[in-house]
Amino acid sequence: MEELIGKSLFFGVAVSVVGYEAGLWIKKRVKSPLCNPLFISIAFVMVMLGIFRVDYDDYYEGGKYLSYLLTPATVCLAVPLYQQMELLKKNWAAVITAIASGVFSSLATVFIMSKLFGFTHEQYVTLLPKSITTAIGMGVSEKLEGIVTVTVVVIIITGILGNVIAEGVFKLFRIQNPIAKGLALGTSAHAIGTAKAMELGEIEGAMSSLSIVVSGILTVAAAPLFAGLL
Amino acid sequence: MKYMKQFGIIILIALAGEFLEKLLPLPVPGSIYGLGIMLALLMSGLLKVEAVKESADFLIEIMPLMFIPAAVGLLDSYHELEGIFLPLAAVVAVTTVVVMAVTGKCAQSMIRKGKKDTDMTQKKG
Repeated sequence: MEELIGKSLFFGVAVSVVGYEAGLWIKKRVKSPLCNPLFISIAFVMVMLGIFRVDYDDYYEGGKYLSYLLTPATVCLAVPLYQQMELLKKNWAAVITAIASGVFSSLATVFIMSKLFGFTHEQYVTLLPKSITTAIGMGVSEKLEGIVTVTVVVIIITGILGNVIAEGVFKLFRIQNPIAKGLALGTSAHAIGTAKAMELGEIEGAMSSLSIVVSGILTVAAAPLFAGLL
Repeated sequence: MKYMKQFGIIILIALAGEFLEKLLPLPVPGSIYGLGIMLALLMSGLLKVEAVKESADFLIEIMPLMFIPAAVGLLDSYHELEGIFLPLAAVVAVTTVVVMAVTGKCAQSMIRKGKKDTDMTQKKG
């Protein structure tokens, strides 16, 4: 049984899709922002791997085809962005200022907390690109001589956390404007936050997609300046 | 053959983005170059939205699924975080909330202010 499941190429994709569907189903019934479909699906897959004693590597043999689609999917984020271009042009000053302040607050918070916890320079620069999309963040971490594997882990955890807490944070801080929600998700939680923004609506999704690009570029420029602080 | 063509266009743009990533010495991933190419093609009118719309919508809709394999892989990487896990978790949690709140609040107040200004000038006019 375990052999049969572990060596099946479609097990990885199937268990992921079923887990996500289950997450959506639960979210519909339990209307709490804590019932996040992404979080539920990750937990579901982990439990299934445990029950059927499937190695992560075997799961990933099939699951990697989902990751493989990430590049074409990111390319497609240009479509909602294009469709909201008028809105973007009308609000460009607010959009740029908000993303820039988000990037600055990310770098500054990492700096303050690293100092507080007494992190080494290496640990500090590893965390600096934590809010931006994985591939750009890896590049920044590498250039600043951080620990790239840890950067990747921290970036993914940041994304999932952002995806899970977004609705709660918006309620707490009374953020109701769809443009503001999208910018907040993309700047704080990159592509994984954008997946949430897409669920919230087209404007949210478009603004979040834009934030991935702009916050990534701004971080590439600003992170080396912050790196010298500690 | 609508989906065949749509998917083909998207994959070709992803490929072009990958080429740029390999050719240019910047820490920018191919997917972001691809996003830029797609946006430029749409805005220039060389590519109509209808030529990619349904396939793009599909890929965006299933995008959350694409993060599951990497996230499940975090189980295997716990040893990399040994010893610094708690402070790291604190940094991640605090920073994420701060960035989300700052970005959202900043955008919201600027948009509202902008709206008020235009309303006022419209009323005056």
